[in-house]
Amino acid sequence: MTGLRYVYAVCRPFGTPLQSQLSGVAGDPPRALTHHGLVAVVSHVPERDFAEEPLHRHLEDLDWLTETARAHQGVIDALTTVTTPLPLRLGTVFRDDSGVRMMMEAREEDFQRTLDRLEGRVEWGVKVYAESEQRESARPAQKATSGRDYLRQRRMQTRSHEEMWQKAEHFSTRLHENLSAFAEDSRLHPPQNPALSKATGQNVLNAAYLVPRAHSEEFVELVDRTKGDAPGMRIELTGPWAAYSFAGEAT
Amino acid sequence: MTTPSRMPEPYGGQGSSANLADILERVLDKGIVIAGDIRINLLDIELLTIKLRLIVASVDKAKEMGIDWWESDPNLSSRARRDELTRENAELRERLARLEELEPGRAEKKEAP
Repeated sequence: MTGLRYVYAVCRPFGTPLQSQLSGVAGDPPRALTHHGLVAVVSHVPERDFAEEPLHRHLEDLDWLTETARAHQGVIDALTTVTTPLPLRLGTVFRDDSGVRMMMEAREEDFQRTLDRLEGRVEWGVKVYAESEQRESARPAQKATSGRDYLRQRRMQTRSHEEMWQKAEHFSTRLHENLSAFAEDSRLHPPQNPALSKATGQNVLNAAYLVPRAHSEEFVELVDRTKGDAPGMRIELTGPWAAYSFAGEAT
Repeated sequence: MTTPSRMPEPYGGQGSSANLADILERVLDKGIVIAGDIRINLLDIELLTIKLRLIVASVDKAKEMGIDWWESDPNLSSRARRDELTRENAELRERLARLEELEPGRAEKKEAP
């Protein structure tokens, strides 16, 4: 067969067929490759784009990367609705089916163990933003009438900024404690750059929580309830994701 | 995309409109790392995400704005790393040549019968 094999995820055999309209990374619909008790979800991808040299080049191209990342996530997302996938990192490519089988054979125990741990769980992302701009623009900027006045205004500004940070930190810490207590596991990620996320405000908490699918609704309600708690704080909930943040080594 | 009723409705616009930062954070930084037949230098991927975090819209746009310091930073650019290796190689060759000059006896002995 022609082309290389792009692997999205490894999971246990699932009865439901994947959506037929699902197009994978290079427009090739993902298919299941079964080996022993495991399934690798793969697409056929062309060498001209996914061999070593072109792949390196493409990764530097933000448009290509965006498209590929969305396609990758689209397949993982579809899998999440029918099973518990172990998502592989973007750009895991093998020469042929037998290469994929060898990898599955070698990693079988690891995969089974991780699948046992994550079975029936999903990941929810929670971010907290401190909306500092709003606060600042709410206070009309007054022109300082004297040097002393200017310094007084500066001091007040700095103080209100510090207060905002303290409040944001306090709020985030408490929220994270509450959510961690409910979730089976949690991870703290570095705050996101607003340039890439296009989100307003300062990202003060960026966390992921591992929650059994059956308890997801309760988790969502728990997050929703805290939303009105702190003025100036914005809470963003994303998910359900495949357990990306928890698929690595167990803690 | 339809979501089966047993799953809660997606939040945060999963799918086509999901926040790019959220998607990249997961598909590049998280997930299981497996060395495929096609080798991607994971260091390059990590550096790429750092770059993505730093750069506003795209590398090209940053270049337009005159931000291109990573190109010459060996920690951030594979090209710069290669350049540095080339430079280091040249330097080592030069040093070797100098050392051989310092030991003319040895070099001549080899050549002389």
